[in-house]
Amino acid sequence: MRLGDTEVVDTFAEAFTMWGARIVVTAGSPAWAAHAGRSLTGFATSVIGCKCEAGIERELAAEETPDGRPGVSALLFAPDKEGLGKRLVERIGQTVLTCPTTACFNGLSAEEEADVGGQLRFFGDGWQASKVLDGRRYWRIPVMEGEFLVEERFGIVEAVGGGNLIILAEDVATALGAAEAAADAMRAVEGAIMPFPGGIARSGSKVGSRYKALMASTNHELCPTLRAQVDDSQVPEGIGSVFEIVIDGLAPDPVREAMRVGLAAAAKAGARQITAGNYGGNLGKHHFPLRELVP
Amino acid sequence: MTLTLTLREAPPAPVDAEAIAPERLAGLRRAELDRLELGCGNRPMALSELFGISGTPGDDVRIEGDLSRFAGLGAGMTGGRLTLAGSVGPHVGSGMRDGELIVEGDAGDAAGAGMRGGRLVVRGSAGRRLGGADPGARAGMRGGEILVHGDAGEEAGAGLRRGLIAVAGHVGAAAGLRALAGTIVALGGLGAQPGAGMRRASIVTMTDAPLLPTYARACTYRPPFVGLCLRRLRGLGLAVTNTQIDGRYTRWSGDGLELGRGEILILEPEP
Repeated sequence: MRLGDTEVVDTFAEAFTMWGARIVVTAGSPAWAAHAGRSLTGFATSVIGCKCEAGIERELAAEETPDGRPGVSALLFAPDKEGLGKRLVERIGQTVLTCPTTACFNGLSAEEEADVGGQLRFFGDGWQASKVLDGRRYWRIPVMEGEFLVEERFGIVEAVGGGNLIILAEDVATALGAAEAAADAMRAVEGAIMPFPGGIARSGSKVGSRYKALMASTNHELCPTLRAQVDDSQVPEGIGSVFEIVIDGLAPDPVREAMRVGLAAAAKAGARQITAGNYGGNLGKHHFPLRELVP
Repeated sequence: MTLTLTLREAPPAPVDAEAIAPERLAGLRRAELDRLELGCGNRPMALSELFGISGTPGDDVRIEGDLSRFAGLGAGMTGGRLTLAGSVGPHVGSGMRDGELIVEGDAGDAAGAGMRGGRLVVRGSAGRRLGGADPGARAGMRGGEILVHGDAGEEAGAGLRRGLIAVAGHVGAAAGLRALAGTIVALGGLGAQPGAGMRRASIVTMTDAPLLPTYARACTYRPPFVGLCLRRLRGLGLAVTNTQIDGRYTRWSGDGLELGRGEILILEPEP
């Protein structure tokens, strides 16, 4: 398939079921909301090494937040709901509770919920207090700055992790430019995040390794420097650099939409070839064929 | 479809109207509705003797007339909407668990006493012991929201355990008397001895208050919960200013004669 000058490989991205939550963090200024959002979603690129994947979904204007202050919404994903609950407590406790002026709210109505504020309240050492407003319970935790307000329960949903695009070009600058254009376009899609730095991974991995202790290792098939050394290289002649964008979403549709706009943007920005990663279709529940995304 | 009851004339004696709640009327046929007995003084009176009845019983009931001799309207209601188009007697909405009860005039004493859920809105003023405890009970209101657009009498929120009481006007003496938890917002100021014997509850007020000496000043700050709560009240139709939402409040902790985990938050005047 072709999209302008770009070859689009007739393959599909294979994604997995994860559990996801939306966290709304507000603060006294956009800058402090951003600080909290970055910390909250830091070191959360891949479940392989970080136990969860997270990213800032978007900035929120004051009129969009529960307490009328500027904020950010972040999405956090983990392989199972128990793990998601633990990650929420750990991360909100260590990065939002500690951040000046912040408050933290659930951003997702869902049948299933994780207890977050109800765990963090113990930081109050008995001085915490709860308030119920409109059927939602909040915890007021006294802190040295003043008071931290956190909602008790956060909605969690079955989500999708591991949607992806792989972008190939003749050199790093061109490939990265195309990946940046794709990531920028994807950021406009609500309900999806790209968990890697700047939304882009330069080190896509395969399952397993020749070293038994490692559960993942470099995706040698797509390393341009190994093209002449491995039998199963997928790097075409003339390609000098490859980037991957991983997409996690609260449902399949946001992932599909992010891939669609990202694919178009990457092609327009000079990608030579765009493909996607899969495991033969046998592992992941969600398949996103690139054929369906090309106009 | 709305069931409308129109008062024929003032009843000869106080009426026990606890039978009137949307879910209790909803299953009745018209003949059963006509015969429904309410205690009026020491004798029963049929509903049709007291009211002209029109419409179909469902989850929306409207009662028109001066209901100040009717006690317990909407008591224990569990859903639907009950609109009382006039002033009402004592114990309106007491023990209600869900639904919306709107009083378009004034409410008598003990409105919302022992309430557990739902929303009680009083467009006029409320009497004593708003959201308070029933006689002999330790705990008063245990959940839900009470909004009063006028003033409230003495001992509002007495024994309050959970829930929110918001009063646009002035709240009488001893607000939050022996309250266990929950929140009282007095947009128009507080009477004497607020929070007497209070254990954990919050009282928020916008003007200086005559505090008991058993309350101690903690600090002046912007409590994040107050902003959230006031925005909710504004959304429900109370006149809340941006200054009140964004303002700094002085926190007084007490009652020192009790657990001392309660608080009275007083809005600081703008510099």
